[in-house]
Amino acid sequence: MSAPIQLRPDETFLLNVGPQHPATHGVLRVKMQMDGEYIVKAETVLGYVHRMHEKMGENRTYAQYLPNLSRLDYLGALGYTHGHVLAIERAAGIEVPERAEYIRAITVELNRVASHLFWFGAFVMDLGGFSPLMYAIQDREHILDMLEAVTGARLTYCYYRFGGLYNDVDDDFIEAAKRFIPRMRKSLKKYDALVTGNIIFQKRLEDIAPVSAEMCRKYGATGPVARGSGINFDVRKNEPYSVYPEFDFEVPVYHECDSMARYKVRMDEMEQSLRIIEQGLEKLPGGPIMTEKKPKNIKLPVGDFYQAVETARGSFGIRIVSDGDKNAYRLKLRSPTYSNMHLFDEACEGMLIMDALAFMGSLDLVIPEMDR
Amino acid sequence: MGGYFSEIFYGSKSLLIGMGITFREFFKPTVTVQYPYQTLKMTARYRGHIELLADEEGNPKCVACGMCQRACPSGCISLDSVSVDVEVDGKAKKKKVLSKYDLDFTKCSLCGQCVESCNFGAIDFSKEYNLASTRKEDFHFNLLQRLKRSEEKNT
Repeated sequence: MSAPIQLRPDETFLLNVGPQHPATHGVLRVKMQMDGEYIVKAETVLGYVHRMHEKMGENRTYAQYLPNLSRLDYLGALGYTHGHVLAIERAAGIEVPERAEYIRAITVELNRVASHLFWFGAFVMDLGGFSPLMYAIQDREHILDMLEAVTGARLTYCYYRFGGLYNDVDDDFIEAAKRFIPRMRKSLKKYDALVTGNIIFQKRLEDIAPVSAEMCRKYGATGPVARGSGINFDVRKNEPYSVYPEFDFEVPVYHECDSMARYKVRMDEMEQSLRIIEQGLEKLPGGPIMTEKKPKNIKLPVGDFYQAVETARGSFGIRIVSDGDKNAYRLKLRSPTYSNMHLFDEACEGMLIMDALAFMGSLDLVIPEMDR
Repeated sequence: MGGYFSEIFYGSKSLLIGMGITFREFFKPTVTVQYPYQTLKMTARYRGHIELLADEEGNPKCVACGMCQRACPSGCISLDSVSVDVEVDGKAKKKKVLSKYDLDFTKCSLCGQCVESCNFGAIDFSKEYNLASTRKEDFHFNLLQRLKRSEEKNT
């Protein structure tokens, strides 16, 4: 017979979450030192889906690197490709027709709504509610259908080109997008009543996982995570690029710093994205979608170039160091979730494990994007 | 104490509102497609794997210049050509004829750089998406053979 287990209050145990775990939404591993249900210390382990995207950027020509960017973040791929083409266009001095920029903005915002919708569904599913995921996916499907008709792909779009677009949008797309906006607004109201107003949901998120503005700055968190902590920073407003200065939209900021604030920021952002799409469709100018002189075999001048864009998850930056060759000398991708995730270790100390998993959901992690 | 009861009241109300929304979904039309039995039509711009196109005589339009091969980021296209003597306007000329066009679809990322780089309109995306196999070799496509087969089917 074995001796009865002696429990000691100072005894902690190690809990391994992941790398294959439904709550981590991908192959992220978290080593948690637990005291009962409370986390004493957490350590995130990365690198399970590292694909050397940065190194690939050094071995391929700039045009050949285009498909890689959409493989970073499979939920909001267009934002990342947008950053890449903007960086190259600015460095090489390529003029982009206005129509192309408007279409880029519209498609990026559609993609942002799709990304937030999927996050919304998955987040509520983390907390134990299944039906919102189904409703969110149903709405997202409309966006994917629209984007598929235009770009030819559903997730890993390769739509933008240096100097313009691959294909023009047709009237069907514009009609579908116009129909989608009121539909989405109705759905947002439904989500508000179904999820935001739900007492269980509120109790599980309010005052849970406080992330101070100070901590956001320390780890370089951006996007909805920082805006949920009261930092009014949005690359679209603070360092305007593309045609964003033409649009009238607000940046939702909440000062509660808890998981609920991060949730609300994203829900409000969807409405703001719809506003941008609406204005974009209204203002959409005619004309070409590609520069007259289609650039071939791009060579960047010697120098160091950086371009930041606001993706669904935060500020994505691409830095290209060029030695004047066809491919980059060094290419650095600054991915937003990589910084956002590093909050997790510090913020979840002393937290209950189920709160920590809800907190992880509120960070909106996409693992392939932070592992690159 | 009053806060306690009002919370119970508003809490149950919020749950009932939620249940009402999910209940209403029962009466909405089905949005899913029973896939193997029903299929959706692919959009005109759907990017499947590439396919060689034939000219009027049924020969591949491809002139074996190799632009697609160079444009491909993943190096999944390999082509070869042979020199053939042809008679153009009564003069004997050498002409490059495509002898091999292989696509390694396991590496392809469907970016479409090959189709864009082609100056002769010789390749296009197929609309095929029902591609599943347990063997890697099933995705090494011999596009020249595929073209011949489809031409035979058409005639």
